[in-house]
Amino acid sequence: MLKTFRGGVHPNDMKAPTANKKIVELDPSQEMVYPMTQHIGAPAKPIVKVGDFVYAGQKIAEAGGFVSACIHATVSGTVKAIEKRMHPNGLFVESIVIDDDGQDSIYPELRGCEDYTKLSKDELVNIIKEAGIVGLGGATFPTHVKLSPPSEANIDYVIVNAAECEPYLTSDYREMLESPEQVIGGLKILMHMFNLKDGYVGIEDNKEVAIETMTAIAAKEKNLDIHIKTLKTKYPQGGEKQLINAITGRKVGPGQLPWQVGAIVCNVDTCRAIFQAVRRGLPVMTRIVTTGGDCVNNPGNYKVRVGMKLRDIIEQTGGFSKQPSKVIMGGPMMGMAISSLDVPAVKGTSGLMAFGEEHAYGADETACLRCGKCVYVCPMNLLPNRLDEAARADNYDALEKLNINDCIECGSCAYSCPSKRRQVQQIKVAKVKLREAQQRNK
Amino acid sequence: MDNLLVVSHSPHITGNDTVRRTMLDVCIALIPALIAGTWVFGYRALVVTAVSVIACVLFEWLWGKILKKPASVGDLSAIVTGMLLAFNMPVTIPLWMVVIGAFFAIIIVKQFFGGIGHNFMNPALAARAFLLASWALAMTTWVAPHTSVPFWNTADVVTSATPLAAYAGTEGAVGEIPGYFDLFIGNVGGCIGETSVLAILIGGIYLIARRVIRIRIPLTYLLTVALGTWMFAGHDGLFTGDALYQVMAGGVMLGAFFMATDYTTTPYTPVGQIIFGIGCGVITVLIRVWGGYPEGCSYSILLMNIVTPLIDRITAPNRYGASKAKKRKEAQA
Ligand code: SF4
Ligand code: SF4
Repeated sequence: MLKTFRGGVHPNDMKAPTANKKIVELDPSQEMVYPMTQHIGAPAKPIVKVGDFVYAGQKIAEAGGFVSACIHATVSGTVKAIEKRMHPNGLFVESIVIDDDGQDSIYPELRGCEDYTKLSKDELVNIIKEAGIVGLGGATFPTHVKLSPPSEANIDYVIVNAAECEPYLTSDYREMLESPEQVIGGLKILMHMFNLKDGYVGIEDNKEVAIETMTAIAAKEKNLDIHIKTLKTKYPQGGEKQLINAITGRKVGPGQLPWQVGAIVCNVDTCRAIFQAVRRGLPVMTRIVTTGGDCVNNPGNYKVRVGMKLRDIIEQTGGFSKQPSKVIMGGPMMGMAISSLDVPAVKGTSGLMAFGEEHAYGADETACLRCGKCVYVCPMNLLPNRLDEAARADNYDALEKLNINDCIECGSCAYSCPSKRRQVQQIKVAKVKLREAQQRNK
Repeated sequence: MDNLLVVSHSPHITGNDTVRRTMLDVCIALIPALIAGTWVFGYRALVVTAVSVIACVLFEWLWGKILKKPASVGDLSAIVTGMLLAFNMPVTIPLWMVVIGAFFAIIIVKQFFGGIGHNFMNPALAARAFLLASWALAMTTWVAPHTSVPFWNTADVVTSATPLAAYAGTEGAVGEIPGYFDLFIGNVGGCIGETSVLAILIGGIYLIARRVIRIRIPLTYLLTVALGTWMFAGHDGLFTGDALYQVMAGGVMLGAFFMATDYTTTPYTPVGQIIFGIGCGVITVLIRVWGGYPEGCSYSILLMNIVTPLIDRITAPNRYGASKAKKRKEAQA
């Protein structure tokens, strides 16, 4: 039996158009923009001034706290401005703007370390922190925080999240095909940090070639046991709690973090970034972006520098075939619709989807039939239909009783609903309102 | 151009399931039973069904028109109600009564409570109960299979007993107790759509395969009826009941697959569905064995419809990982 979790949905994976497209590197934009919030936690603080020359790979902003991440220049050039610019989320946030000098002069102080086994866990955590690594699957939680569980934690599972359950996205898949040693290399560093002989990689069974490639690389490790686990193709298999459940059988309970059940999960690209940071001394500078949707001419996988304008990604890859009505950063299940293409790619930009008018607006909502489909598919055992009702009525008591904050916002409920209700959309809004109401009452 | 981009929360795609597709599937699943009913009771079965469907759709349309609400006829739910209503009537039913039943189902039971998704009782079953209370004779005028029924003066037909009444030995019930094979293919007396176990099973399996319904309610319902009637419905004391006969005869099959699985009026939680199925089974057995009435299926479902909100409330799924989190905390303490 393939490993999986309870619930979930089976959207058409739509990966065929890009699964066989090799990763192509794109040129940076002339003007690169680095928002200070590209991660969960406190915004980063700029440490350069307007007019400064910066190297590619040079740190330009310091983490603004423990739960925060630093940011690096990804081109060499001059700091043109430090001002509010539009973030992909539509808000204007403080950003560093760098004019690319086209030289790509690499910061001379970047040093790799061939034998990381000589380094202690704390030293490795520090390298990862200084490299600005965050969860590159899209969650963007600072990785050094994840890797610093309290001392009582007893970590026995380190897992590479290679499920890539979002439709359309094939960036992790390509990475496993094109640089599997780096992904496994990142995992080995994690295993070393937690003194583990066993490591795990979870891949959905629709990615056969990746499973083969990764298995072959894993088999080369004579002294370590790297288990490539085949998972059932089901959304949201790549949800952290769902993946942990599928691989370990353990459940991360309400209010718990993965370390509390002994697990640490990092995404494929995050592992690659850890490898690059430790072995080559490189900070997070590039990421792989899958483009797709019915409006792009050349759907594919592109290596993009963080800070590059999304418009340039589209222009360098053949432009739009028709006017898009909706552009999504990430995948269609959990990605964010953006209002403008004049925003930069950030660390969490895993995909760029452009859809025409017929896909831009969902069908009209009709009354809930009480069919229970959303209840069956909710991987968190919630009652999305009741949450939907309570959210629309602003019934905060009911929302809390229905454990609204357990919702991982996977969208399986809205996906499955025959009445096309937007349960998760209501839940997201209600979560914010509930938090505000609780703060008011304090 | 950018100011034209649509910004909305994810997910940006939805599945292919729609209300219309779901209702269409139910209609498709009811066709074998309609064919069987027409074969057993003649063309008038088809006429009753057509009148019922047309009346239901018309009332649904009129209601939307008069209240200036968005048209709801397109979701096909009125067709399902119309078919089920006809399937729960004897073939001899006067046609004007069918129209009254349709009015009761669509206007009183469904629309008065807010339309699709809001009614708390199954419209077809509630209408059947209403007609039975108002015109008991017309609703219980059964004919033997393949009797030719006059179109208008249906009261003059030669009546016969339903298999359940014959089995129970109800007073005045004349007729042979049919064999299992006749019950299975539906060659017996009864309501238009309830007689053929085979046809209903085909439809039920279709619905399960299409994932329109889950098997929980039909299975628990039928098992409970089988167990209960085996224990209590025998003529020679406990554990002598003919469970197979009891499950195949009467409306239990139709009820289990098509009425006890109605989305709106049955629980949406998995555990709730099992409770619902067992509850329907227990009430059916109570009515059949001690209620002095050979049927019992529709009342059992209606009664369970009423407690459905309560069942949903007490059977919410366990919070994800909750018990383990607690255990771990206890272990640490
Ligand atoms: S309620 Fe939340 S966790 Fe459950 S299916 Fe909907 S989005 Fe996913
Ligand atoms: S899936 Fe939609 S119609 Fe069905 S119970 Fe959930 S909200 Fe209601």
